[in-house]
Amino acid sequence: MRPVRFNIKAKTANIADAIGAPPPGFAGEGFFSTKMSDVVGLARKNSLWPLPFATSCCGIEFMATMASHYDLSRFGAERVGFSPRQCDLLMVMGTISKKMGPVLRQVYLQMAEPRWVIAVGACASSGGIFDTYSVLQGIDQVIPVDVYVPGCPPRPEAIIDGFMRIQDLVGQESVRRRNGEQYKALLNSYGIE
Amino acid sequence: MAITNSYIQEKLTEKFGEQVTNFEETYGMLSFESPKEFNLKVLQFLYDEPTLSFQFMTDLTAVHYPKQVGRELAVVYHLHNLVENVRLRFKVFTDVNTPDVFTASKLFEAANWMERETYDFFGINFVGHPNLKRVLNVDEMDYFPLRKEFPLEDQTRIDKDDEMFGRG
Repeated sequence: MRPVRFNIKAKTANIADAIGAPPPGFAGEGFFSTKMSDVVGLARKNSLWPLPFATSCCGIEFMATMASHYDLSRFGAERVGFSPRQCDLLMVMGTISKKMGPVLRQVYLQMAEPRWVIAVGACASSGGIFDTYSVLQGIDQVIPVDVYVPGCPPRPEAIIDGFMRIQDLVGQESVRRRNGEQYKALLNSYGIE
Repeated sequence: MAITNSYIQEKLTEKFGEQVTNFEETYGMLSFESPKEFNLKVLQFLYDEPTLSFQFMTDLTAVHYPKQVGRELAVVYHLHNLVENVRLRFKVFTDVNTPDVFTASKLFEAANWMERETYDFFGINFVGHPNLKRVLNVDEMDYFPLRKEFPLEDQTRIDKDDEMFGRG
């Protein structure tokens, strides 16, 4: 019988991984100087406001992720907003039908820059098992996506991992990225001005 | 007095003669068919006749039988007599090239949206329907997805490997 072993490559917890190591800079007695963009990134990544767009079972897993056991608020996402105009991170969890595609796009357009999108679960990422006439085959057909979380549904750990990948992106993003040609071209490819 | 299936069949045959056919009883539920021109007359008779009074429409849908040439599409009405608690199933068949069937929405309000749904998925043209347009699928859809000639899978997908989905 095969011995059951869990997590044989366990990483020890490192506080710097979670909240981010202090950015490179010049420290002295009572002061610390560094780049503005690093400070902005550090602040943004630890105070993301998620907007849950939950349509099915992945939404149930997200509820577990938000609840006390897994506790997404440890990552600075204490405040789940339910207005797209206040939020930074659109979390799409569940099957999106073709009829809901324009609604999702409208929600994305109502969010203010900078904004990030995470597709949680197989359905939001690719249509999943619903390879059928009524289901959108992945939300990246209507809006740009930053991080995909696999699973059907993903466990809360996977959602948290996806959230931490988003945090990496947010922390390293240049404050001028949203004005860049590449970013505008990406949005234009989705027909967004 | 509870009405029996044989009594319903007797009344229908007395009124419509040769036009009502294929009586059968599956799991105690009567089912029969008539030419599609007679669908409203039969429904109206079942509604008005005091001893029958099938005044509640439980369901209205369609079935596609691609192998029955000339009668590919069946429109199925499920009726319920709420007083006697008796149900029956009534079918009309139509050619897939001229899927015109008279609307039952004047007789049953419930038929309005159910006929829209049937139009949405099978393309039955309900003649006289007040608002015959798609109700569940996206408006841009240009086919009727539950007809058998259309594959169930989304034909717009470009990123899926057929072999991984068991149809390689």
